[in-house]
Formats: sequence, structure tokens, C-alpha cells
Amino acid sequence: MENKLVISNSPHIQTPLTVKRIMLDVIIALSPAAIFSIYLFGLGAFIIITVSIISSVFFEWLLTKYFLKKPSTISDLSAVVTGLLLAMNVPSNLPIWMLLVGTFVAIGIGKISFGGLGQNIFNPAIMARVFMLISFPVAMTSWPIPLKDRMHYIDVHTGATPLGIIKEGVKNGETISHLMHQIPSNSQLFYGIMGGSLGEMAAILLILGGIYLLIRKVITWHIPVSILVTVALFTGILWLINPDKYANPLFHLLTGGLMLGSIFMATDYVTSPMTPKGQIIFGVSIGLLTVLIRVWGAYPEGVSFAILIMNAFVPLINRYTRPKVFGTNKKINKNG
Amino acid sequence: MQLKTFPKGGVHPPEYKLTADKPLKILPVPKQLVIPIQQQLGRPGEILVKKKDKVKVGQLIVKATGFVSANIHSPVSGTVTKIDKVIDASGYKVDAIVIKVDDEQVWEENIDRSEDIKRDITLTSEQIIKKVEEMGIVGLGGATFPSHVKLSIPPGKKCELLIINGVECEPFLTSDHRLMLEKTEQILIGTKILMKALKVDKAVIGIEANKPDAIEKMLKFTENYPEISVQPLKVKYPQGGEKQLIKAITGREVPSGGLPIDVGVVVHNVGTTYAVYEAVQKNKPLFERVVTITGPSVKQPGNYIAKIGTPISALIEAAGGLPEDTAKIIAGGPMMGKALKNTDVPITKGTSGILILPRSMAYRREVQPCIRCARCVNACPQGLEPYLLMSVAQKQIWDIAEQHNVMDCIECGSCSYICPSSRPLLDYIRFGKRTVGAIIRERKQKSKK
Repeated sequence: MENKLVISNSPHIQTPLTVKRIMLDVIIALSPAAIFSIYLFGLGAFIIITVSIISSVFFEWLLTKYFLKKPSTISDLSAVVTGLLLAMNVPSNLPIWMLLVGTFVAIGIGKISFGGLGQNIFNPAIMARVFMLISFPVAMTSWPIPLKDRMHYIDVHTGATPLGIIKEGVKNGETISHLMHQIPSNSQLFYGIMGGSLGEMAAILLILGGIYLLIRKVITWHIPVSILVTVALFTGILWLINPDKYANPLFHLLTGGLMLGSIFMATDYVTSPMTPKGQIIFGVSIGLLTVLIRVWGAYPEGVSFAILIMNAFVPLINRYTRPKVFGTNKKINKNG
Repeated sequence: MQLKTFPKGGVHPPEYKLTADKPLKILPVPKQLVIPIQQQLGRPGEILVKKKDKVKVGQLIVKATGFVSANIHSPVSGTVTKIDKVIDASGYKVDAIVIKVDDEQVWEENIDRSEDIKRDITLTSEQIIKKVEEMGIVGLGGATFPSHVKLSIPPGKKCELLIINGVECEPFLTSDHRLMLEKTEQILIGTKILMKALKVDKAVIGIEANKPDAIEKMLKFTENYPEISVQPLKVKYPQGGEKQLIKAITGREVPSGGLPIDVGVVVHNVGTTYAVYEAVQKNKPLFERVVTITGPSVKQPGNYIAKIGTPISALIEAAGGLPEDTAKIIAGGPMMGKALKNTDVPITKGTSGILILPRSMAYRREVQPCIRCARCVNACPQGLEPYLLMSVAQKQIWDIAEQHNVMDCIECGSCSYICPSSRPLLDYIRFGKRTVGAIIRERKQKSKK
């Protein structure tokens, strides 16, 4: 008996929650929106999601083995999450070779080059998306029209996103109320019937996924809520000042991947701050930057850039939002 | 009643209180006891007996050396067969007195062995503290700090409140729970004795809400003790930690590096309080304690009153023997307890429970990279950043570890428990604490010279 007893330090029990389980929860939370995108865009969406996940996992396996020379990490499912997220960020008619470049950038440059899971500064999927947006500007912004040409992949009818229509229209001197006739109604936006990338669609399904993640305690409310509230307030003020020039806050909340970004991308553990206070600073900053880029920037859409920019500030935010160490408050409250 | 708790950090491990409804039973005295001469935090005592000496139940056999040390008394009558080195629960070799137990038990005459509850407190404050010291009472919650030291308020300080710790936040353990149910009034009298020693007129008993029967019973009995109140607490580990308990009940924060008395509070565990009752009212030294024997595969888990020096194998036997799938034996609870090398290890004053874990629970999962999920930061009740402390301890950057308050770690294990990557956070933080502690001591010594 004596030699068989296990000796180790306390604690002797562990939470059942593992990295793999957390990643699985993210995949579960994203599934309704992913399946809905296949309903909307048909074959193209299916090809994009499948290729993106498989290639991400393949690059992770390949680079971990031959570049990092570490044991394989594909079983932690983090590469599946990256692949799925990237798929949700591109149009359904994107050529496969561009998608492969994207997944290679996400896994290879975004993640492995920093040393693998947990070491990267930028969210790999967002980094790849921005890389692709700059490298393939036309392919990345030609959006298939939902529910049309669902049996086709590349040769589909395309149109602009609602945000693109507004941006272009305002630039040409048209009023918002006039432009609103050209874009889907708010309820259509809410249910996701609009032009855009796979994951920009159904706000309601993304919110459901977010609620699932909150219930499973995978994420906390701080980042998504602070982003969404900031965007709503900022665009609300602009809208009140001049409703002819600026779109209403609900429109901003429901378009341009804001839900996907705030619930699934900005909440990435590795690239977001540690404490609730830091997370709120992070979220508010992303919200402000998103609106600034959308309204005054060159791109119609700003969430990805905003998250990427704020990723770079995470170490700084962490530094200034450390938790208060117990018993170091100089004023000891004697009266409770 | 409003449930209180400490505001920052903490975890909710499964409770596994398998023995909550198992009444206290007296463990049969084994044929031989092995009594380590150091069972408290502080200096080891001086051995008063030698080989072949006859001892009685309650006879002083190890005398305290200095203020922070404790007397040890023989739990049985018998013959000292040898004085030997044994491995205790900490895994280190210590001197121990081995006593062969006689068939007939002869007690020291002045010990009151009746079951009557003695309510009148006749001793003065100073006499109580002296009695507590004489009877070898140490903190029975697990830290084993000599109790008379806690009762001696340093000059310039004033105690305003006594807190009795009935939290028992460690999963599996139920020894304090059973004591509160079965020795309710004795604990209240013990509380009055401690209040008299500390010269305070208020005491609060803190009990977590997962022991509603104990809360109810205490509430009923405190009707006759108006100066003692009961405070139910929200279940959260590590609420039994002194600093967290004081924060939960009073809102006061013990300063970093300070003691509870710095905020006018003294905390004693319910087990200790019961031992104080027995010592002061019954003249009985601390030579036995309640030990929970438990584990998922243990056949008859239970709560036993066991003599100090009893090998844990005797306890395991009483619980139906060692289960087939045993892979780990722990002295204490699963969060802060110590893994034992074998079953010869004796029960000491600090053994609150013996936990037997099956193979399926005995091993840690494989370590994975930190994903910076911040669960450890949010779980730390001391407001530390465990992931950061682990990383600086790995790199041995001790000045940063000190800057980030590594010495404030209470080693509760919440960080390691909650980590989804199964990282050995506390192992490295302990390493950091030990090293930084040595560096600080060295610095102090240098500045003295």
C-alpha cells in the first residue's frame, strides 16, 4: 500500500471545467448562428465553414508539430473556435484559396508565431479578417444576397451591406430617412435577413449564444454589455443631433457584426483584460472606436479594427486595473 | 436572517458532506499510541518522560518551551516503550513518545469525567488564560496556533469582539458541524469563558448556511446567552479563513501582514471553544479530538472522538477498512489538507479529518497553457494575481513577487482549484512565499546589525 499512495500538494480537488469544455461551449453558442447562415447563403456558407475549421485545425497541428515542436494541441478545440469565428467573418462566396490564406494567417501568424494558445496579443480570427480585408478588399466586401442563389458558391448575386449603403449614401449627400428605404427593416435586421458576412446575420441567435455563455459562466457581461451600451449611447446622441445624417442606434446595434464582435470576439480571454474594471474600460473603448470608424472612418464597418486596436492596449489596461490586495486599504473601516 | 459573506473572490467546490448526519462516536483506544512532541505551530516541547515510565490519563508528558509552544498530555494510562522518530502528517520526521496502553485506564484525579454541564465560570481572566495554556489547547481548526497566545492581548491593543468560527468551509469535513449539534451548550459556555478571558461583552458565532440544523440549534440555545449572537453565512470557500470570516461578519479588513487583533477581533474555532470548556470547567487537558473519516468510497464514513496519537489506520478500520480503489489519503480537507505517506501517521491536535480519495479523484489533470481567463484572479480572496505570481516564481524574479504581495497568500488553493488549464498555481506561489519570506527575514537581520 505504502508505495502506491499519491503524494501531492493541496488542493486535492479540481473544478470539472477544462479549456476543452470552455471551447466546446463557445462552439455550441455559435452553432445556431452558423446553421442559420447556411440556411441564408446555402452551399457557399457550408463550404466556407467546413474549409475554415478543417484548415485551421490542420495548420495548428502542422505548425505545433514542426515549428513549435510541442505536443499537439488540437484536442483543446481552440483551433476549431478560431476557424469557426473566421468563417463567420467572411462573405459566403469567398474563394477557397483566400480563405486558406486567412486561416493560415490566423493560426500561423496570429497564434503560433507568438508561442501558441495563451501567448498571442491579438485575436487570431480578427487579425486574419483585417489582413484579408486589406489584401482582398473586393472579395471581402462583395456580399451575396441572402436566400438567393443558395445552390451556388462563387457565382452569386451580390449587394452592399446596410452599413455600406448608409456610408455611401451619406457621402453622396442623401438623407438617412431616404436611405432607410433601401435597407431591410429593423425586424429583418434582427432576424438577419441582410447582406453581410456569415456571422453578421441573426442578432437574435448571437444574443442567444451570448446568454448561453453567460449561463455557463464562460464569459461575464462586462465586455459585451459595455460595448453595446457605448455604441447605443454614442450613436443615439449623434442621431438626436441630426437624424438625417446619422443612423439610429438600433440600426447600429444590429448591423456590421457588432453582436458577433462584442459577444464572441472581444471576449476572447487571451486578448482581453483580467478584471471586471479593466473589461469595462476595454468594452467602452471598443464601442467608441467602432462608432468613430463607422461614422467618420474610411470603412463602413469598425468592430474588427476597434477590437484589434484595443487588444494592443490590454497589457496596459491590466497594469492599471489590478485588484485591490486584501488588507492594504489604508482606511480600515471600523464600523463595517 | 440576512446571510453575510466576504465580498471578493472565493470558489464553490462540491460540498461532499457525507458525514453530516453521523453522530459522534468514541473510537476504541488502540494498543499503542505514538505521540509527536510537536503538534502546534511554534516551538516543540520538552519531553518529561523516559522509557519504561508509567503514565496516567491526562498526565503532562511534554512541556511547552517558551510562550509560543504547547503542553502535551497522555491520552491513556500505560507505559512509555520508546522515544523515536516518526513521520507525522507534514511528512517530516519528528520525535515522538510511544506508549503501550494498559488494560485498565487510570485517570489523573483532578479531571472531572462526569457528563454534567458546568455553567458557572469561577476563574478570573488571568486564571482562564493560564488554564488554557496548562491544558495544552491549540487552535483545532487546523492551524494549531497555541490558544493562550491568542488570548493574551498585546499591550496597546483592545479586543472588541470575539468570533467563534463554525464555518467549516472545507468540503467533506463535518467535525465542527457535529460538535455544534451535540455539544451546543458546552460551546456556548466555552464562548463565555473566552469572552471573560478577552474581557469582551460581545461574541458572534459564524456558521455557513449549509448547516441549517446547527444554526437553528445555536439560535435556540443563544436565547439564554444574549451576549452571543449567531451569524449565518452564505456558503463560499474559504470563509473559514480568519481574515475572510472577520471581513464577512464585521466588514473590517485585517491589514496586510497584521493580526485580527489589529482590527479589534479575536477568532477561535468551535472545536477549540469546546476544548476550552473542557479544560476550564472540567480540568481536562486536550488529549482527544473529533476527527471525520470520510471519502467517496469509504464504507462507513463517520465522526469519531479519537485519542491524540492513534494511528489513522485504527480510524480507517472503524470506517470499514481501506477501500479497494484508494489512491490518496489526506489529513484534513481536500482544499488545504496534506497527502499522507502511509496509514501509520498518528492523529494529532490539528487533524480535523482523514479523507480517502479513490483513483478517479487522486490525480491532477495534465497542465495546459494559461489562457488568461482570469478565473484565478477573480477567485483569489486576497486580491492577488495568481497567474502572475506563478509566472514570476517560475522565472525566480523575487522582487516582483514581493511587490505583488506574494506574502499575503493564505494558501487556500482557490486558484489551483478553479484553473481550467490545471496549472499548479499554488505550488509555485508557495515556493515564492518561502523564498521571499527568507529574503525579507535576511533583510531585517541585516538592518538590525
